[in-house]
Amino acid sequence: MRVGIGLPSTVPGGAGRPSLEWARRADRGPFSSLGVLDRVVYESLDPLLALAAAAAVTSRVRLVTMVVVGPIRATAVLAKQAASLDALSGGRLVLGLSIGARLDDYDAPQISRRGRGGRLSHQLLELPECWERGRIGPGTTASKGPEVLVGGLSGESFARMARWSDGYVHGGGPPRAFAGAASKARAAWRDHGRPGRPQLWGQGYFALGDQDTVERGAAYLRDYYSFTGPFAEKVAAANLTTPQAIIDFIRGYEDAGCDELVLLPTVAEPDQVDRLAGVLASL
Amino acid sequence: MRIAVIGGGPAGLYFGLLMRKADPSHQVTVYERNAPDATFGWGVVFSEETLGALRDADRVTFDAITDSWARWSAIDVKYGGETIRSRGHVFSGTSRKGLLQILQDRCRDVGVELRFEVDVAPDALPDADLVVAADGVNSAIRRARPSVFGTREHVHGTKYAWFGTDLVFKAFTFIFRENEHGLFQVHAYPFDARTSTFIVECPEEVWQRAGLDLAGEEDSIRYCQQLFAEDLAGHSLLSNRSSWVSFVTLRNESWHDGAVVLVGDAAHTAHFTIGSGTKLAMEDAISLAEWLERYPRELERALTFYELDRQPMVERFQQAALESAAYFENVRRYAGLEPIQFASNLLTRSGRITHLELERRDPPFVAAVDSWFAGRPEGSVAPPPHLVPLRSRGVTLGNRVVRWPTGEDDAKDGKPSASLAIRLLDAARSGAGLVLTELVAVSPEGRITPGTPGLWDDRHAQAWREIVERLHQETDARVALLLGHSGRRGATRPRREGTDRPLREGGWELVSASPIPYTERSQIPKELDEAGLSKVLDDFRRAAERAERVGFDVLEVHVGHGYLPASFLSPLTNVRTDRYGGGPEERLRFPLEVFDAVRAAWGKDRAVGVALTATDWTSQGTLPQEAVATVRTLKERGCDYVHILAGHTVPWDRPEYGRLYLVPHSDRIRNEAGIATLVGGNVTTSDEMNTILAAGRADLCVFDPPPGDPRGGSFVYAPSS
Ligand SMILES: Cc1cc2nc3c(=O)[nH]c(=O)nc-3n(C[C@H](O)[C@H](O)[C@H](O)COP(=O)(O)OP(=O)(O)OC[C@H]3O[C@@H](n4cnc5c(N)ncnc54)[C@H](O)[C@@H]3O)c2cc1C
Ligand SMILES: Cc1cc2nc3c(=O)[nH]c(=O)nc-3n(C[C@H](O)[C@H](O)[C@H](O)COP(=O)(O)O)c2cc1C
Repeated sequence: MRVGIGLPSTVPGGAGRPSLEWARRADRGPFSSLGVLDRVVYESLDPLLALAAAAAVTSRVRLVTMVVVGPIRATAVLAKQAASLDALSGGRLVLGLSIGARLDDYDAPQISRRGRGGRLSHQLLELPECWERGRIGPGTTASKGPEVLVGGLSGESFARMARWSDGYVHGGGPPRAFAGAASKARAAWRDHGRPGRPQLWGQGYFALGDQDTVERGAAYLRDYYSFTGPFAEKVAAANLTTPQAIIDFIRGYEDAGCDELVLLPTVAEPDQVDRLAGVLASL
Repeated sequence: MRIAVIGGGPAGLYFGLLMRKADPSHQVTVYERNAPDATFGWGVVFSEETLGALRDADRVTFDAITDSWARWSAIDVKYGGETIRSRGHVFSGTSRKGLLQILQDRCRDVGVELRFEVDVAPDALPDADLVVAADGVNSAIRRARPSVFGTREHVHGTKYAWFGTDLVFKAFTFIFRENEHGLFQVHAYPFDARTSTFIVECPEEVWQRAGLDLAGEEDSIRYCQQLFAEDLAGHSLLSNRSSWVSFVTLRNESWHDGAVVLVGDAAHTAHFTIGSGTKLAMEDAISLAEWLERYPRELERALTFYELDRQPMVERFQQAALESAAYFENVRRYAGLEPIQFASNLLTRSGRITHLELERRDPPFVAAVDSWFAGRPEGSVAPPPHLVPLRSRGVTLGNRVVRWPTGEDDAKDGKPSASLAIRLLDAARSGAGLVLTELVAVSPEGRITPGTPGLWDDRHAQAWREIVERLHQETDARVALLLGHSGRRGATRPRREGTDRPLREGGWELVSASPIPYTERSQIPKELDEAGLSKVLDDFRRAAERAERVGFDVLEVHVGHGYLPASFLSPLTNVRTDRYGGGPEERLRFPLEVFDAVRAAWGKDRAVGVALTATDWTSQGTLPQEAVATVRTLKERGCDYVHILAGHTVPWDRPEYGRLYLVPHSDRIRNEAGIATLVGGNVTTSDEMNTILAAGRADLCVFDPPPGDPRGGSFVYAPSS
């Protein structure tokens, strides 16, 4: 299993130049990818712009959206942005898409929430057509375009993933939850007669450091997930705050068949990258 | 901490005493609206596992409870004039009344204040640091804030009444009795030296036919006593506010709101047929008390960890309980099963006890099931069900395992590729009884992608003959051909790039039942006219004739996944106004003509199956009961088995990929239409196969070992030296 790290693009203090220093350190570290989240109505960076900046200061890591909310973006514009990012990064983009979890992210850009699942399906169908032969260019590194992942927990999401993408991106939770979703992803893939197997990506949150660091991490998660009501407290409680918790989590995901696990920060100090690298070194 | 517990059932009392025990500085008050000795219901059951948890949490209660315990280890299934006994299931039972008495006494000993006959209103909660809503399934506290807790309720389709009886059963006993009104079942278990619980359950329509909807308590008792006279052997039924009710499965997204926390039935219920409500309630109490002890000054944190700890566990029981309840709601379906298989099905109904677990508990029982399944005399050594041969017409499969390698779209002009041959050979070498090909097209237009293999040409037949001969020579597997026509899902790119992406160039004109494209990107198919229909029939017939000459053992017609024959079946894709469109019979006409053509061209001594969509997975499409009617018709026409498929009729379906997601459809079709079924859908272990087969939910399984399984999750050819 490969391990990636998130950019602090949604974390207080991280949504700006600190993300660049973070990206440089990650590129030098043991990480396979840099991940970003998408949220409109929040003090956070746009995920594709954040990755474009990261592309400029890195040369090795893959750049993954976990995820971009597809239906609030016009398909051709999204295709253009993704192709641009692919070209700027030398083919390092992995485009994770889903319908998103927050309704106000639809309301703010005045996009209808109704039929958003169907619209995401439509986008998945259309994106490769846009990328084809650089029609909505630049031409992508792989002729079929960047790798596409789909997230979501409904049966429709798994079907959408299996029909029209390269793999599944999970929204986080304990290894057991990931294993359940992975089994559904494999079943859907098989059900749709896709050869081979889906790429399976997981994610988790961490904060390493003193009590203050841990508390700031939890406070950020409570705030970021406040729209889920009491669920926010559970996300905050599950934050990985010790090396042992991170190691157990990584092992759990590995056993569950995860291909790439991205650990997302909850505090913005760049030394988090080094601390996490240290934990990986001890594996 | 000042703690107010609303409700003096098992959850409230146990929590109260555990808190006081942990820290006598807590002030704990339990408010109960009833008097100390007024309680409904009879006995409750615990498993060994629960007892262990209770022992660790409070030894004194545990000892008191186990002193009064009824213990037994057998389950009796009384069905079809036979009683089948299975042992090794250790249960303990006690009376609810006795349990509450013990808990009340213990509460008093440790200094919990008990206030009886106080009905607490949700808008007048006692002043406390923590309010524990232990007020049962109808919790007024929860109901006062449904949106905060995210409450969902599912009302079950059967009626039940909770009676007692002075007959002391020797085992946990399931009784099935049918009269002119319908089928009734009883769940009965002893709980002390004199009394047993006796729950009577039946479908709502049976309950109405029997007039029980209008009957009072005495009339109900009289009715049930008469119906179960033989089982009661002169003993009588006892009532204790035993009215007929429907069970409600209750879920809450969140179990706490500020300083109010739900426990037990107030938070969740699980259908009584797995008898775990009291267990879950008391385990909630243990968990909540533990987390409060761990974080005494961080209430929010403690309540969050309590939820994180308990919710996944409770969900697992609720899932099992739903499967168990579904079994009892549909039990009429199994009336045709032999008693031993009926019992095996009953015992494995919830998914918690598999064939393997049953074998661990009761080896002789499983030995009896296995020898019955293998058709061998009792007491003989029998293979596990998945390794038992199956005979259909002149074809004998060595076992029930079917391998179905995914296609790789690598045929050339319909001619199967060398790597396709290797995929099939590897599948056969894994020891499967039957190997099923990917969809093989009856005509060039019937291909899904340009790489779909075909059988419309004698050159294809030659290539297939070499493959089939090699499989027959080198392995014991039989070989099934899956014959089909892609219809409106044709002319697409290789599925490496996803499904249903139209070819950029080199496409062909598509045909379907009606001119509706598969996706917005897809070509609009031509509606097949009479001439087109008879050409398709011809193509199927010729392909079947070739298949016979090739030497395939079994032929399966693809009437699923939205391909051509299936496009006629579903109202979502067939809007024709001729005799091939309209009601279910008209929509079935063309698929039947295809089937008849194939059946006639194919040897009488060889088996023919149909791969069939059991549900479109949409609210408007084919319904499961229509699929049963379709299968009955197919069976009359000489169909030997049905391969259960679902969805793909339209690309916006709403599938469900949970554990063994196709098995309920297989169960229904097999047992309602009386036909052999082949089922896949995430069947990944031999234990799953054994459980499905022994219970009579299918006859053959598509086996997909997980990645990394040495039996071959991947179909990469690795020659063994
Ligand atoms: C037919 C049937 C069979 C069952 N069999 C079993 C079995 O075999 N094994 C098993 O483990 N479980 C069984 N159960 C489930 C079991 O009865 C419940 O799950 C269990 O009692 C739940 O405990 P509780 O403390 O959460 O709620 P309850 O036992 O329902 O207790 C709630 C208490 O709160 C009181 N109350 C309610 N509102 C107020 C108020 N406003 N003010 C004050 N007091 C109030 C009520 O009077 C009651 O005493 C069965 C249930 C049914 C229906
Ligand atoms: C290609 C395509 C075709 C569809 N055709 C229909 C249709 O004919 N009838 C229908 O009820 N829904 C159809 N839908 C589904 C709805 O548009 C919508 O996606 C679905 O009801 C789920 O809604 P939701 O995703 O907003 O929950 C189609 C969806 C897609 C992607």
